[in-house]
Amino acid sequence: MTLSLETPSLEVSGLAFAYPDGHQALFGVDLTVRRGERVALLGPNGAGKTTLVLHLNGILGGGDGSGVGSVRVAGLPVTKPNLAEVRRRVGIVFQDPDDQLFMPTVREDVAFGPAAAGLRGAALEERVHAALERVGMADFADRPPHHLSFGQRRRVAVATVLAMEPEILVLDEPSSNLDPASRRELADILRSLDVTVLMVTHDLPYALELCERSVILSGGVIAADGPTGELLCDEDTMRAHRLELPFGFDPRSVVMGR
Amino acid sequence: MGAGHAHKLYRHARSPVHELPPHCKLAAVFCFVLVVVATPREAVWAFGLYALLLAAVAGAARVPYGFLLRRLLIEVPFVAFALLMPFVVPGEKVGVLGLSLSEPGLWGAWNILAKGTLGVAASVLLAATTELRALLLGLERLRMPPLLVQIASFMIRYGDVVTDEMRRMRIARESRGFTARGVRHWGVLAKSAGALFIRSYERGERVHLAMVSRGYTGVMPVIDDVTATRAQWTHAAALPLAALAVCLTGWTLT
Repeated sequence: MTLSLETPSLEVSGLAFAYPDGHQALFGVDLTVRRGERVALLGPNGAGKTTLVLHLNGILGGGDGSGVGSVRVAGLPVTKPNLAEVRRRVGIVFQDPDDQLFMPTVREDVAFGPAAAGLRGAALEERVHAALERVGMADFADRPPHHLSFGQRRRVAVATVLAMEPEILVLDEPSSNLDPASRRELADILRSLDVTVLMVTHDLPYALELCERSVILSGGVIAADGPTGELLCDEDTMRAHRLELPFGFDPRSVVMGR
Repeated sequence: MGAGHAHKLYRHARSPVHELPPHCKLAAVFCFVLVVVATPREAVWAFGLYALLLAAVAGAARVPYGFLLRRLLIEVPFVAFALLMPFVVPGEKVGVLGLSLSEPGLWGAWNILAKGTLGVAASVLLAATTELRALLLGLERLRMPPLLVQIASFMIRYGDVVTDEMRRMRIARESRGFTARGVRHWGVLAKSAGALFIRSYERGERVHLAMVSRGYTGVMPVIDDVTATRAQWTHAAALPLAALAVCLTGWTLT
């Protein structure tokens, strides 16, 4: 399959979705993420962020007719026949690493995705090693996940997804429950990856640090879209969508090292 | 494999027995137990030879005999029943140390004790020389239904997580002044158990979601394929074959 550089990593258009119990979570979401971009997805609790994320790899929606609108990953529509390829291209890192890491050892867990895609033997071993290397966890390959610290588990969770060489990395609350050092280490890792990132977060300073662009999902629609710094300084928009900066944090005073 | 991977039964060492592929060892222990069970109970000497065979394996595996004997204690609750048999089984009575015991009962007790102990000893040796993870791979290799292997491997992975959750719930209960003191408090404990079940169930759903997101379609991909050479099979077969020879001799002599 040939892809021009202009093909966005992610194209969501007119996506609406209601749960079987009738609760409507998304009311027509339009979102385009260009290749190589890092975008923060902000929004209050219950805005539909998780629902949107689960549409990106077809866990919800996925062409079974329960929603309207479309999702394309690097040009490939998320429909039932494409699900295997879509799930390889969209790497979701869930919030609780204990949910993500389900195999007895770190190595087997990282190997799970590529092995499910049919990789075997030396190529598989190499892929696992490279992914663990990128998050600085290569020395822990044979350890069981529950013997690692929380920050280490989060990093391994990122590696499990990197091992699938995804088109887009989707992180659900990557900084939650991390101590400041682990939080910074994860930021360094994310910055070092040359992969498209969509990051769902309540941690606004983290969004400012890592993502040049932010979108606000509120009430099931994209309510704002712009450079992170500008969005965080727009007090009216922030208040309207229940977003608040931590005490004493002024985005205007942050000098970005980029 | 990593040191942290060890479970309580496993004893880390380097030995020819440790290095045998797990499925060979599983098959060997299974056949050994079958042979032991098939031995006539009157061939008392045969059981002594079996014990010697196991002692030889323990020696080759560098498992100290004290370790092995301590692990054998797990058998105690199960053999209590065997100790009752000489008193309750009807039949001819014989006097032993001033007690009147039934002869068929004594033979029955001996039968259970000897065969049970040998079986447990063989299993303890297997567990002491094979990591839990390797055992699962071995079972998978021996064509155990993959769903059962998956369930067992999730038990290993999430056992600690669930225990930890249980501990946190207990601390939360106690922090609010609750201590279980009797029947009146069983209701609270039962509700905690229910809550734990719901939480684990929900975790199961989230884990499944994470698995599906990484391409799970109902079968676990093969990551480590365990293989065994002819020589390894031969080594593993030494124990059950020797036992079989003893067993056959036992049948011809009795």
